[in-house]
Amino acid sequence: MTRRSWIGWQFTGPFLAVFGLVFLAPIAYAAYLSVFRTRLVGGTSFVGFENYTKVFGDPQFWEALTRVSLFLLVQVPIMLGLALLVALAIDSGRLYGAGFFRVAIFLPYAVPAVVAALMWGFLYGTRFGLVGNINELFGITLPDPLSPDLILASIGNIVTWEFVGYNMLILYSGLRVVDTALYEAAAIDGAGQFRIIRAIKLPALRGPLVVATVFSIIGSFQLFNEPQILDTLAPNSITTYFTPNIYAYQLSFAGQQVNYSATVALVMGLATMVVAYLFQGRALKGAA
Amino acid sequence: MSTTPTVRAAAQSPGRSRKPVTVRASVSRPRRSVTLTIVTGLMLAYTLLPLIWLLISSTKTQSDLLGTFGLWFSGDFALFDNIGRAFTYQDGIFGRWLLNTVLYVLVGAGGATLLAALAGYGLAKFDFLGRRAVFALILGGIAVPPTALAVPTFLMFAKMGLTDTPWAIIIPSLVSPFGLYLMWTYSSEAVPNEILESARVDGAGEFRSFFKLSLPLLAPGLVTVLLFNIVATWNNFFLPLIMLKDADLYPLTLGLYQWSRQATTVGGDVVYDLVITGSLLTIVPLTVAFLLLQRYWQSGLAAGSVKQ
Repeated sequence: MTRRSWIGWQFTGPFLAVFGLVFLAPIAYAAYLSVFRTRLVGGTSFVGFENYTKVFGDPQFWEALTRVSLFLLVQVPIMLGLALLVALAIDSGRLYGAGFFRVAIFLPYAVPAVVAALMWGFLYGTRFGLVGNINELFGITLPDPLSPDLILASIGNIVTWEFVGYNMLILYSGLRVVDTALYEAAAIDGAGQFRIIRAIKLPALRGPLVVATVFSIIGSFQLFNEPQILDTLAPNSITTYFTPNIYAYQLSFAGQQVNYSATVALVMGLATMVVAYLFQGRALKGAA
Repeated sequence: MSTTPTVRAAAQSPGRSRKPVTVRASVSRPRRSVTLTIVTGLMLAYTLLPLIWLLISSTKTQSDLLGTFGLWFSGDFALFDNIGRAFTYQDGIFGRWLLNTVLYVLVGAGGATLLAALAGYGLAKFDFLGRRAVFALILGGIAVPPTALAVPTFLMFAKMGLTDTPWAIIIPSLVSPFGLYLMWTYSSEAVPNEILESARVDGAGEFRSFFKLSLPLLAPGLVTVLLFNIVATWNNFFLPLIMLKDADLYPLTLGLYQWSRQATTVGGDVVYDLVITGSLLTIVPLTVAFLLLQRYWQSGLAAGSVKQ
């Protein structure tokens, strides 16, 4: 090994050591745990892939997975659609105070999920929240956003509020690297704003949109914070298997089923990566 | 965008067409539209609504909170009283949570930024055996969702006896694959090989060159990575939730969660006024940091959007 080679390892070594400890080792340990089972009587025994077959036949797991898939299919398009509209509006140069819009709409990104969920949770309150105020003011009864029927939509609103600005900035940054000579050429050819958006801006946003969607796929499948926190305000609406992550958490803590919990976490992590990877592959295929 | 050309250039990956900042300004200025501003203003109102509600509510007593309209001031102005009670309730545990959060952020986010800078620089500036393998490993790491690691990490840390200690929060915060990616990009662009070569000729060691010559050049990238690491650590919830039992070790997020949960436990003290005031106190530092350091995170996100 040359001297330069050794120096390179000295720079990357500390990062890799911690990376190994908090990325690779937990995955390996979870994989190890997932092939055992602990019983009150009889202790721990090797069971091969039994935990995995159990996951695939577990109705609670499927219900959780179906719920986050529905969330992905409905919430993510709404959020990214709004982010796209705002990014195009700010980039158009036709807004008064565009800089203020950009910063203010991004700001919720700096708000912790705990605070975001609690704020919206209070606003949703039919007794003393804003929904309650509106009911009182107009003498009507709006449906309870924290009821079991509406809780998923209410969570969708919270997540949209938190991340629409973040996604807007990703898309806006993508628009800023478009060569403005293209707009000038299009304007000379008589193209209007909407024509320019369709022919130049949207194609340029393909990459950033894929990045934003991949992040959103991960966020949806790994949903945990918002429902877990709303549980303190709406204990009857959030089940112990509301999302796959809540299920894995509950199995570890309330259920003491460590081996099965590790299996659920692994399966879900893998499913997230596979879906994100497949999406990215498909979305970028026609791009070249 | 208020970023300087150098930051912007450093933020982009090599080979991309680069648009000089000056061209943008000379493009024919479109006429501003009141209609578009109002329509986009709806989105702004949606963004600000809960924050304004939080600000107003933190000035109210608990009884006014329940009895008055949420989006306007009324009753006694109790903001300072609320802040005082937030810091004295339960023997001043809120102050303890604040200090814990600062500790986790300083060591966790600060350490993560340093490790990412060292490693990103190492990957960019030294061609060493196994470099490609390391790079592939890190890119794979970016794709692993952090929350998917939480339960496995807890199970492993429990075995190692690390749960319910500050290390359980700090160690996982030390790794940021995306931060490393950004630092690698910045290092390739912002640090010329020539000055490193001349430092070598002068006999300076590589680490000395890094701290004396390269680090100042990497400053814009460092601030961006640090800011995003701070947000991730300050706002962390899942990890502390599963790792910590002792309330004296809680960060702010977990403390607020516990105060909110008191209302659902039998005989628990209902302290919605303190939850609301505590929430306000929790978001003020990061909001201020983001407003002051605008040009850094905006260029950082620009780099994020061209990654692929």
